[in-house]
Amino acid sequence: MKRNRELEIYIHIPFCVKKCAYCDFLSGPANSDRMESYVEALIREIYAHQEIGKESLVTTIFFGGGTPSILEPRQFERISVALRDVFKIKSTAEITIEANPGTVTSEKLVAYRNCGVNRISFGLQSAENEELELLGRIHTFEEFLESFRLAKDGGVININVDLISAIPKQTVKSWERTLTKVLELEPAHISAYSLIVEDGTPFAKQYGSGCPGEKDLPDEEVEREIYRRTKELLEGAGYRRYEISNYAKEGKECQHNLGYWERKQYLGLGLGAASLIDNTRYHNTVNLNDYIEHAEQLEIIQEDVQVLSKIEQMEEFIFLGLRKMEGISELEFEKQFGNTIETIYGNQLTRFLQEGLLERVNGNIRLTERGIDVSNYVFAEFL
Amino acid sequence: MAGIDQKKIRNFCIIAHIDHGKSTLADRIIEKTGLLTSREMQAQVLDNMELERERGITIKAQTVRIVYKAKDGEEYIFNLIDTPGHVDFNYEVSRSLAACDGAILVVDAAQGVEAQTLANVYLALDHDLDVMPVINKIDLPSADPDRVIEEIEDVIGIEATDAPRISAKIGLNIEDVLEQVVEKIPAPVGDVDAPLQALIFDSVYDSYKGVIVFCRIKEGSVKKGTNIKMMATGATAEVVEVGYFGAGQFIPCEELSAGMVGYITASLKNVKDTRVGDTITNADEPCEKPLPGYKKVQPMVYCGMYPADGAKYQDLRDALEKLQLNDAALHFEPETSIALGFGFRCGFLGLLHLEIIQERLEREYNLDLVTTAPGVVYKVHKTNGEVIELTNPSNLPEPTEIDYMEEPMVKAEIMVTSEFIGAIMDLCQERRGIYQGMEYIEETRAVLRYHLPLNEIIYDFFDALKSRSRGYASFDYEMLGYEKSELVKLDILINREEVDALSFIVFAGSAYERGRKMCEKLKDEIPRHLFEIPIQAAVGSKIIARETVKAMRKDVLAKCYGGDISRKRKLLEKQKEGKKRMRQIGNVEIPQKAFMSVLKLDEKK
Repeated sequence: MKRNRELEIYIHIPFCVKKCAYCDFLSGPANSDRMESYVEALIREIYAHQEIGKESLVTTIFFGGGTPSILEPRQFERISVALRDVFKIKSTAEITIEANPGTVTSEKLVAYRNCGVNRISFGLQSAENEELELLGRIHTFEEFLESFRLAKDGGVININVDLISAIPKQTVKSWERTLTKVLELEPAHISAYSLIVEDGTPFAKQYGSGCPGEKDLPDEEVEREIYRRTKELLEGAGYRRYEISNYAKEGKECQHNLGYWERKQYLGLGLGAASLIDNTRYHNTVNLNDYIEHAEQLEIIQEDVQVLSKIEQMEEFIFLGLRKMEGISELEFEKQFGNTIETIYGNQLTRFLQEGLLERVNGNIRLTERGIDVSNYVFAEFL
Repeated sequence: MAGIDQKKIRNFCIIAHIDHGKSTLADRIIEKTGLLTSREMQAQVLDNMELERERGITIKAQTVRIVYKAKDGEEYIFNLIDTPGHVDFNYEVSRSLAACDGAILVVDAAQGVEAQTLANVYLALDHDLDVMPVINKIDLPSADPDRVIEEIEDVIGIEATDAPRISAKIGLNIEDVLEQVVEKIPAPVGDVDAPLQALIFDSVYDSYKGVIVFCRIKEGSVKKGTNIKMMATGATAEVVEVGYFGAGQFIPCEELSAGMVGYITASLKNVKDTRVGDTITNADEPCEKPLPGYKKVQPMVYCGMYPADGAKYQDLRDALEKLQLNDAALHFEPETSIALGFGFRCGFLGLLHLEIIQERLEREYNLDLVTTAPGVVYKVHKTNGEVIELTNPSNLPEPTEIDYMEEPMVKAEIMVTSEFIGAIMDLCQERRGIYQGMEYIEETRAVLRYHLPLNEIIYDFFDALKSRSRGYASFDYEMLGYEKSELVKLDILINREEVDALSFIVFAGSAYERGRKMCEKLKDEIPRHLFEIPIQAAVGSKIIARETVKAMRKDVLAKCYGGDISRKRKLLEKQKEGKKRMRQIGNVEIPQKAFMSVLKLDEKK
């Protein structure tokens, strides 16, 4: 790797006060001993990355989970110190921490600020308390408000609010209420995901296909309406949709997430964290005991190492890049791969342009409104 | 081997209702007589096809020769001929029985006499076999051997008081069975000096030896160099080798003579030359007439088989040819479908036979198949007097050219406990059955007799029977012949295009119902496209049912998190993989399994 190559860092904190009923991310119950050994292991892993640390300039850091805000201020500080010891971090770097309303205290906020955190992402999911309860969240909307104000008063300008639509029993009206309440707070960024009932979660047993609760999931007409209203309300309030599920005020797009879609290099630290370095993808072990035991032995914890072929790189360029509303640059494709996109994917392009799922705008190819609705269908054809 | 005293030979088979323990007993007998130690034995030696073991049924007859030292101090030679255990293979069963002199009847000590018990006993008695009952599974808590013995005597009418009470599973009282084989199964009779007369009861193809014919020598003898002739097919050949059956291997010997069971190889290249039931004689000194009972086996069920990947057509042909080497009952001929391209119309003895071939093609030959709905052979009487045997619905002549049609009927016997009689009669009624009578065989059980159209029972009748009787009904049938019937061809249109591979012949009175269910089923099977897809069922030009696959509205993976791109890729790849297993018809992609939908019309959603 070249000197001072840009690098994003993702840090995984796999603990939660309580796991939500729909969640299939890698996380488990918090236990102070466990957490302490994990933080120690994480720091060992960070120090093991000296080599890559010397060569790179870190542009974004993202603490994700789990619930990163579950960490004690001291623990968070120790991780941050280790990061700054090993990596050169750009002065304007975007540093995000995900926080669960109800786990944030002013003491923690001070620690975040001292460590350079300039962006907080709150997992609100819904402003309706019945919906929060149904999702198995540990907080109410009122508790979120308190955390949000604490953060704002503490000087964090760049705040994201995560929302989930298509919650069982949700209506267009209740979703509109959630959006309106959130818009009143004027966060810089809003992510609006649509619930996916994942196998193996408690939700799957309750709302999965064939289960009695399946009928409580909003039908597709409602879901469509929710999609439409989200765009309408958020754009009306001055947010720009820049990715399938993400809206931001001008200049407040999440640089870290954009990096994923633009195939920037990123290093994942911690349990199960995924990395893309020099066109090689891998992830750390998902076994907590193994991780804690071997964190500094990188070759032991890194799994599923996959060197991407040129074809795979091209495929990723398309199916990741198309998630951005601006789409992909034809010129950039040619620059990176030495062929025009037309020569490689001519058939698919012709077909989707004809079917009105893709469009060409200013040298970019992007999804149309209809294309966004069926984006997986479009992406799959490029594999 | 020459000079074996006929009096020391016992040729017998084991007959039983499915799951009463036939194969387990066979294993114990082999083990007891020391042919294999139990350590060497893989469970159920005789069912040696992987599929057979999985399904717990015998598909191909297996034969083994064992030596038993009886309590009288003499050594006896037992030839145990294991028979196929399914109604699809009734003819094969009857030929295997004809090769025996007696039969062990295994009856489950808890279940008692079942439909196949009766059917098998009647079949055995038809072949003048001495039937020797054995009560199995006496170790079960629910075993009631006294009741079952009484039942055997009452229902079947054979002496069963001293029937061995055994447990094949735990190896209890197997000795008694062996002793009774010596005492009760008659030794073969036959003139060693008479002209050769041998019954073929099976044959297998071996790439080194050619066709290996399994036979029972009724009269005379055969050895290397004998010129033999198959009396029905007329094929002749010089014998290369004769021998008998070890456990899983062929053991050559000098000569096979009257009363013996063994194999013959004679540089025969095609199992079609050596049909089950045919008589082998000496070409130079033929016997007067063939043994009775020979029939040319005719397929009863046909379906289209197509390679999922059109480029594998030749592979499919090669695989079918190889399977046919061992299976004279398998028929196939090339056909073309607009929807599915090049493939074969294949004929089978029944649905089980079809499933077995399908699974073997998929497993052993690694072929991905699209199979169309199985149908029976209909007779179409045309107005010009011509009669065609219809195996492919697409070949049905124009309605104006058809005088009338006939469909095959079966005679079915269903044994059921009295509480379910009503439910089973309803089922038979729904399947156009004609009631023939009912007999109580004991207070709580009866045999129902029906005539049923074969096409009503080939699909899921057995499953329906089991589910409506909570597993208590048992069933057996035999062919009855053809009867005139009101039949129509039901066509399916997808996005207004007729899909030939989905057409099927149906009783006119059921067409509406079947059409409606078919549309509903296909609606579930066909994934959403970007546009709306009408699915219609039609008889002639008349649309009788319609469903619609709504246009795809939304297919978004909203959540993508923590840079785990590999997982996202996997989801997309899975989606793409799913599409590969589809057939493009017009601009609609149809999953392969949709072509079998007609089989599942009665499944509860």
